[in-house]
Amino acid sequence: MKLQGKEIDVVRKGSGQPLLLLHGGGGPIAAMPFADKLAEKFEIIAPTHPGFGGSKIPDHFNRVDDLVFLYLDLLDELDLNDVILMGFSMGGWTAVELATMNSTRLSKMILVDPVGVKVGGREDRDIADVFALPGEKLVELMFHDVSLAPKPADMPDDQLQLMAANRIALGVYTWDPYMHNPKLPHRLHRIKMPTHFIWGESDGIVTVDYGQKYCKLIDGATMTVIENAGHSPQVEQPEAFVDAVFKCAG
Amino acid sequence: MKSWWFTEDCYPHLPDESTYRSIRVDLPNALCEPEVAHDLYNRYLDLWCACDEIGLGIMLNEHHQTATCMVPAAPIMLGILARQTSKSRLLILGNPLPNRNQPVRVAEEMALVDVISKGRVECGFVRSVPYEAAAANILPYKGSERMWEAHDLIMKAWTTHDGPFNFEGKYYHHRQVNIWPRPYQQPHPPVWITMGSAGSAVPVAQHKHVGAVFLAGYPRIRSVFDGYRQSYLDAHGEHAPLDRLAYLGLCYIGENEREAEEGARKLLWYMEANKVPPEWSNPPGYHPPAVSAQVMKGVTGSGVPTNPTLENQMARGNVFAGTPDQVFEQIKAFWEYSGGFGHLLMMGQAGFLSDEDALKSMKLYKSEVEPRLIELAKNADPAELWEKSKAMPVKDGVDLGNFGVEFVR
Repeated sequence: MKLQGKEIDVVRKGSGQPLLLLHGGGGPIAAMPFADKLAEKFEIIAPTHPGFGGSKIPDHFNRVDDLVFLYLDLLDELDLNDVILMGFSMGGWTAVELATMNSTRLSKMILVDPVGVKVGGREDRDIADVFALPGEKLVELMFHDVSLAPKPADMPDDQLQLMAANRIALGVYTWDPYMHNPKLPHRLHRIKMPTHFIWGESDGIVTVDYGQKYCKLIDGATMTVIENAGHSPQVEQPEAFVDAVFKCAG
Repeated sequence: MKSWWFTEDCYPHLPDESTYRSIRVDLPNALCEPEVAHDLYNRYLDLWCACDEIGLGIMLNEHHQTATCMVPAAPIMLGILARQTSKSRLLILGNPLPNRNQPVRVAEEMALVDVISKGRVECGFVRSVPYEAAAANILPYKGSERMWEAHDLIMKAWTTHDGPFNFEGKYYHHRQVNIWPRPYQQPHPPVWITMGSAGSAVPVAQHKHVGAVFLAGYPRIRSVFDGYRQSYLDAHGEHAPLDRLAYLGLCYIGENEREAEEGARKLLWYMEANKVPPEWSNPPGYHPPAVSAQVMKGVTGSGVPTNPTLENQMARGNVFAGTPDQVFEQIKAFWEYSGGFGHLLMMGQAGFLSDEDALKSMKLYKSEVEPRLIELAKNADPAELWEKSKAMPVKDGVDLGNFGVEFVR
């Protein structure tokens, strides 16, 4: 669809209460089995952040709030109301920023292993530096079961190039300050809707401990920890993940 | 033909390379003994001062968080040399502009050294290599665009003399720009920019800056130089003079072949030691997705072979080594094939090459090679050289793979 004069890829599927799904740094996820399951109950609206999935990054885009304004426009354009806002990792950060700015069209927020705030001191590495990690170490932190990780050496070139482009886009949105907005904690009081965190127990990119601290920053927020899952519980434990979503938004 | 002598100021006293993952970015500085570093810095400065005596141009550069190059602030080295030398021109190649958050400060530093040295600065600007992204904490995405915006701001800072001007660009903001001192050379010191492709050569040629190419060898030199020459011709309606182009290779000259080979093998440390894993050579946005994907796949790594052979590197035009006669013939062949250039940049010291050996090679170059190169280039017509080069068949059997991609920036 056209937003801000740009063509934005948006996947829509299922019917029911609208669920705006914001993917993480790995790229679009609306084609995954967990999303099909959610589509049985909700109308999924899943935009691809510009720069991901082979799309272009607009010349002036370089921060998460560029995405926030894009999706505020999307909510208006589609005139969506009573929306469940769901964000994964950097998409979770985007969701939280959006909710602090304007939540009139939203009724609930679900955050899956989100980044976006700093909870430790200036010398604590709250969020693993994904751009500085050797591939095998990154996989260990991302996955509970590393056998599920994509293997670049075996991937066809076009898929690998998409992965490389996604990584560039992730860098563009999150490089500095790294994966967070220092001002965000001071704005979280504006979030009044029910907010639920879902966290992979083995996540090494942002740990459960980080999640619990993040959760405490939002009034009344609750959290489900999913066992045997890392940074992407929707990939490693899709059933438990969908259950957790239905439980809080069913 | 002008000749420039270069060393990267390495710290070669490292444990076996199997004990560390990378020589850049995360190699603990516990391995850097301050006493040893002190001696090394003074040795390297002495070698540069020897250039002043011998009559060679001085070239230096900077890198960060690495044992391959202990100069994290080239302008400081340049400042020392401005006082300790009196004749050589001082080429800094270069200032890594995208990684400097204050281009005006760069303009000030260069003007300062230019004035102290009585106008001997030749000022290079570079996009910088990928390993610098982590060290500078700067996203390399659109690094060229950042470099050119910083370049524009610096040029204006050097050439504006009637009080402050305003600059509010895409990347850099500075509302009261009015540098003191202004450069000694008017309107500004000569500007050099490194080029990695025909495309990146275009703006360099349009500005009439010197375009420098590092270690592109036979496989790539013509495409880059041709890109420059064509853009120059298109933009200015005349052929680019030879002094607008520069080439850097490793160079060692001995009195006999055995001596030369021994010295050249020591220089190869520069390539052999450059152990860099993908997480540092592939920061997001430095390479286009297609290249980045190949690094992720493990097809290419740092771009520098860690097991280069002297024979290969010589065949590729990255190393010139031999007796004075042989080196002259090697450079002449490469020069003709490339379509000609006016500056030869020589890495003449690296690794464990001793000062004595480095000096011997420098002196042999000066007395026995340079005069012939000057003679060769003296009356050369750029248009004619270019035509001749185009007519030469592509030199095959010297496929570089990805080697050199990062070094040309």
